[in-house]
Amino acid sequence: MSLILEVQDLVKQYSGAAEPAVRGVSFGVRRGEVFSLLGPNGAGKTTTIGMLSCLLMPTGGDATIDGHSIRTDPEAVKRAIGIVPQDIALYPTLSARENLRFWGSMYGLGGKDLARRIDAILETVGLAGRGNDRVDSYSGGMKRRINIAAGLLHEPKLVFLDEPTVGIDPQSRRNILEMVKALNAQGMTVLYTTHNMEEAQELSQRIGIIDHGKLIALGTLDELTRLIGRRDEIELKIASEHAGPELAEALGKVKGVRSARAEDHTVLIVADNANASLPEVIGVANARGVKVIGIDVREPNLEAVFLHLTGRALRD
Amino acid sequence: MKVLRIAIKDLTIAFRDRLGLLLMLAAPVVLTFGMALVSGRLSGSSEPALANIPVVIVNLDSGEIGNNLAEAFSSEGLAALLEPQTAADVASGRALVDANKAAAAVIIPAGFSTAVTGGTQPSDAERIEVYANPEREVSAQVVTAIVESFIQQVELGRISGQVAVEQMIGAGIITPAQAQETGLAVGERAATRTDSGAPVRLVSNEESTAEEVEFDPMAYFAPSMAIFFLMFTVSLGGKSLLEEKSTGTLARLSSAPIREAEILGGKMLGIYLTAFAQMAILIVINAVLFRVTFGDPLALAALVAVLAAAATGWGILLAALARTPGQVTSVGSAMMLTFGVLGGNFVAVSGMPEWFRLIGKITPNAWGLDGFVALGMGDGLPQIAGILAGLLIMAAVLFLASVWILRRRSILRG
Repeated sequence: MSLILEVQDLVKQYSGAAEPAVRGVSFGVRRGEVFSLLGPNGAGKTTTIGMLSCLLMPTGGDATIDGHSIRTDPEAVKRAIGIVPQDIALYPTLSARENLRFWGSMYGLGGKDLARRIDAILETVGLAGRGNDRVDSYSGGMKRRINIAAGLLHEPKLVFLDEPTVGIDPQSRRNILEMVKALNAQGMTVLYTTHNMEEAQELSQRIGIIDHGKLIALGTLDELTRLIGRRDEIELKIASEHAGPELAEALGKVKGVRSARAEDHTVLIVADNANASLPEVIGVANARGVKVIGIDVREPNLEAVFLHLTGRALRD
Repeated sequence: MKVLRIAIKDLTIAFRDRLGLLLMLAAPVVLTFGMALVSGRLSGSSEPALANIPVVIVNLDSGEIGNNLAEAFSSEGLAALLEPQTAADVASGRALVDANKAAAAVIIPAGFSTAVTGGTQPSDAERIEVYANPEREVSAQVVTAIVESFIQQVELGRISGQVAVEQMIGAGIITPAQAQETGLAVGERAATRTDSGAPVRLVSNEESTAEEVEFDPMAYFAPSMAIFFLMFTVSLGGKSLLEEKSTGTLARLSSAPIREAEILGGKMLGIYLTAFAQMAILIVINAVLFRVTFGDPLALAALVAVLAAAATGWGILLAALARTPGQVTSVGSAMMLTFGVLGGNFVAVSGMPEWFRLIGKITPNAWGLDGFVALGMGDGLPQIAGILAGLLIMAAVLFLASVWILRRRSILRG
């Protein structure tokens, strides 16, 4: 699959800052994929997006979007991209429709074509019935959805979504994630920045992990978790506290189980492959007459990858 | 096209801001209404809006009417309004006006009383002269109005007397010969008088040409308040630029395929259109509510256009120099008040020292007010060309300085 975005050794040094905000970042985004830049606050995600959207001039390196350099052809780059900034960049005293009309006109849209696109995008973000209401009468989640709509109106080839779920309730967050998936299913390429590993895991075909301005890992979720060689975890909840140590000892002998230890009403098992070991684990418990009241399987995640790579938790 | 769309967006936002509208439109109208009440324009009150107008009386007439007029200026009723002084001769009276120590000199010529009561057509030498100080136009107009009012009273008394005599003759109470004895037959001759024979003339010491002028003080108060609050509007406009920066809409605009100059142009045009609309609306409201006449419509439109441009320049400069929207609010309020004082929006600067009036010229308020006063006194485009040029130069300098600063600060970058 061809690349719509190619980033080569991008550097940004703010004047007066001791360290560069972005230090030689390189990656590519394929057409039609959702690519996430995952990292904690201050990692350099927004600065990277700022350079890619031609708002900030890179100190070093370059990037091309749909074949146009952000250094030498910013006008063409701006036409190819859509930006959904982290802030609600809308005019609160204008209605959603007025906001969209204004932002559409900034991309040269107008007339019936713009009106049609506004109707369609309001439908997409689920606000068709509230289009004429002022934005300042909206909830936080609704504002976020219009914020996204304004970035998609001109049907860009690549859309940058910069932490679009910050500060909103779980239901609105779910709406936005579903919307991103739906847009991607329609063929839209998305560069998604987040500090939330669940969002990156759920949405992305590929993920770049960024920290202190450096891209420290890049790949699919599977590729990234394989980097650290972590096993699955099985948490077995049992009815009898006293049966725990004996059961743990027996489970430690099951094929594929690396270790098992008892803690109160729980037995924690580390296995090479949870799915493969689970039937025998249940069988051992049944054979010993231990009643299992709950099972929780945890696969290795990006949190663990980040911890492995940086020595810090993603949320630190 | 994008410039216009940005400007129209800003205009829409400005006129949707209820608090902003209160200060842009309601506050100046309310204050003008207050001025109208104080000046007696609405209530008919004789309470003066101006006070302690220095006036020189040169009474060369030994007659009763001349003396009465001289005494009228020292009467209790005008004590708060006027600060009269006397001069022995015409030259010293005019000298006081030329030295800006008096708003006007009222010169009552020798033979004035005789000319009025004797029924003869007063010659130029027998007419009262109001030698006006062009630096104190409004005050001089007040003095002229007092003199004219006095003369009208004299005329009224004389005509009443004439009518009474005729009725008495008609009723056979007195004979025509007796009427002559009472000295009231002057009415017959008065009836043949033309306007050119009015016993008062206004002389400006600037051009030394005689000119009769009528000035409505409301044509000063109404634009004063409008211009004062115009500075609020442009501050608000400047603030919107920094607000757009802090909310992220400016960065979003910059990430669209639009040039930096178009964004700046759109923002400036938005402030300008808002300022122009505010002035236009206030002029209409003042004309309708207070019956203020602003003079030649074409000259008025030109004045409002360049005044709004100069004020917009200050608003943009404020945004270029400030770091946050809050700074624009506080500095803008200070600027609004300072310009209001320097520009004569609260107290006419005609009585202020020369240096004060010179400093005032950095404000659009002073230029604009001069323009409105000139239009109120009947001037047209040619007469206010200098004022228009001054405001245009101010606008151009401020725009250029602001754009230079904004670009240096890369304010359009996220």
